[in-house]
Amino acid sequence: MNVHATPQLTPAETALIEAFGERLGALPGDSEVMVRRDSAIEAIKAGLPTRRVESWHYTDLRRLLSKVPEFDATSSATALDPLLGDSGVVTLVNGAISGKPVLGNGVSFTPLAERLADGSFAASLETYGGDDAIGAINAAFVADGIALDVAEGTELEKAVELQNLQAGGQSHVRMVVNVGSGSRAVIVERQSGEGAGLASSVSQLQVGDGAEVTWLIVQEQPETAQHLAQFKAVIGKDAKLTLFIMNAGGKLVRQEVLVRVAGEGSDFQLRGVNLLAGDSHTDVTMVLDHAVPHTGSVEVVRNVVTGKAHGVFQGRINVHQYAQKTDARMACNTLLLSDDGEFSTKPELEIFADDVACGHGATVTEIHGDHLFYLMSRGVTEKTARGLLVKAFVAEVIEELEDEQIVEALEARLDAWFATHG
Amino acid sequence: MLEIRNLHARIAEDGTEIIRGLNLTVNAGEVAAIMGPNGSGKSTLSYILAGREDYEVTEGDILYNGESILEMDPSERAASGIFLAFQYPMEIPGVATMEFLKVALNEQRKARGEEPLKISEFIARVKDAAGSLNMDMGMLKRPLNVGFSGGEKKRAEILQMKLLQPKLCVLDETDSGLDIDALKIVAEGVNSLRSPDRAFLVITHYQRLLEHIVPDTVHVLYKGQVIKSGDKSLALELEANGYAGVIGEAA
Repeated sequence: MNVHATPQLTPAETALIEAFGERLGALPGDSEVMVRRDSAIEAIKAGLPTRRVESWHYTDLRRLLSKVPEFDATSSATALDPLLGDSGVVTLVNGAISGKPVLGNGVSFTPLAERLADGSFAASLETYGGDDAIGAINAAFVADGIALDVAEGTELEKAVELQNLQAGGQSHVRMVVNVGSGSRAVIVERQSGEGAGLASSVSQLQVGDGAEVTWLIVQEQPETAQHLAQFKAVIGKDAKLTLFIMNAGGKLVRQEVLVRVAGEGSDFQLRGVNLLAGDSHTDVTMVLDHAVPHTGSVEVVRNVVTGKAHGVFQGRINVHQYAQKTDARMACNTLLLSDDGEFSTKPELEIFADDVACGHGATVTEIHGDHLFYLMSRGVTEKTARGLLVKAFVAEVIEELEDEQIVEALEARLDAWFATHG
Repeated sequence: MLEIRNLHARIAEDGTEIIRGLNLTVNAGEVAAIMGPNGSGKSTLSYILAGREDYEVTEGDILYNGESILEMDPSERAASGIFLAFQYPMEIPGVATMEFLKVALNEQRKARGEEPLKISEFIARVKDAAGSLNMDMGMLKRPLNVGFSGGEKKRAEILQMKLLQPKLCVLDETDSGLDIDALKIVAEGVNSLRSPDRAFLVITHYQRLLEHIVPDTVHVLYKGQVIKSGDKSLALELEANGYAGVIGEAA
């Protein structure tokens, strides 16, 4: 995986390789799928990425991935109430489809296991390159997942919620969604669980021409979980993707966002909220490609850091040579609430076109003393006032989503986090 | 109601002394105007009364209803009935004005051992107060003070005062940045709250505000001390002759 010769495998690497040997017989896939699984495990044998690999500089996976638990098919997890009350729900428990989802007209569902077995999904297991540790771990082990197709011209009335639940052990899933031209859809991705575990989850979205998709990732893993996730999207012509990510749990979290703005006139919006507590490590790494002219993107990430938590945001925007008139903006703002907390931000713009408007900014602040005094001078106790200000800092980003039902539902998740960490 | 005894206070960060032996008594029902040139310590006095941490009291005491408030934090002072209308109210993005008003009101009630207000009663009170100040309810849906004009911010301060019904109201340069119409509305708001069990400390630079909020007493603050006290005619004298005469007398 990295170019350096790795003298000795870590216990985690050894455990992954051994688990692959044990699982091999049970993994679905035709010969092409199995070849891709083999090459993925070969990459892991070369060693997980360390801080010497640039894109993993702040998240030394080789050091941080401390424990790879065994697969545990017997444990069970309780399904969650959907984030948006009337959603159609598809549930994955410990890496496998659970139950039979009921979804609206225009949405077709296939268990991913079938597409792996018949080989039709083989090409999609390709990793993005040598640094793609999450893609490799997932490609090696993924046994099931969700494949959804939203037919052309469908306006989904109800949101679709994809629940990925673990109860300890390991789970590796993919969620593949294809939204046809001119369709509108709200997709909720819930990442949650009980007990210590290792989860890898890869989401792949195709936004068809003229389609409009809102995708909400709500990650609330237990504080013992190791969560490696990837969100990959390609946006078509005159299409719009709004991605919201909330990280509010996990011990080791890496959420990669790989988006390709591939159709003229299209728009990408990312809003992120990272709520970090304890001694957790949470990394959001985005690579955004503006590949064609006349596209726009705005990314705003807000972080609250408490305890000894360490957060990372890496945002890379590549504006390709022909992508004239690109308008891309990125901001990362952090509220640091403890002396032992830490946040690392690395914004990068790589621009090959000459007629673009691009910018980025990053701030790290504490609670504003004047604001605190103002609220307290009205009788609000210090604890409540601090809570209001911290919540306000992240709620601002949520409110930009505008849809009242979504805003309320996400603020309820915020409140849930503050109730235990405030 | 308020008794300030030989108060000395300095900026906590650099130790600069701002208040240097200030004495002042304000009785219930009284409207006391504090006037003085720039840098005399007027705003500092208002912040110290509200309990801002940036200032350190080194000597003397502040008694409110006979008890020292120096050990109380700003929220405790507010719950006991002290209110500061800010010269420059803070803009706080992300905190909805209505939500803030509700939390403030109910936290004060809680501190006094009262039940939280019913939502319908709360909204009725806000509507009533907003109406009397010519404020649009739509404004209150916005984040606290964000995008409010100078005049709207001052009105919002008086709105809070009307809702919270404090006993000691400190108004720090409430007239600054107001045109005459807004000034009248704000003054009416203040006057409507005048009552025998409530006192006002009106800090101002100019006589103009005192034409609309007529004071019972006027005190001249200079270099952190009250150097002269009198009735409302003192304000007129200052307006006519400036501070130089009074300062000269005191020296």
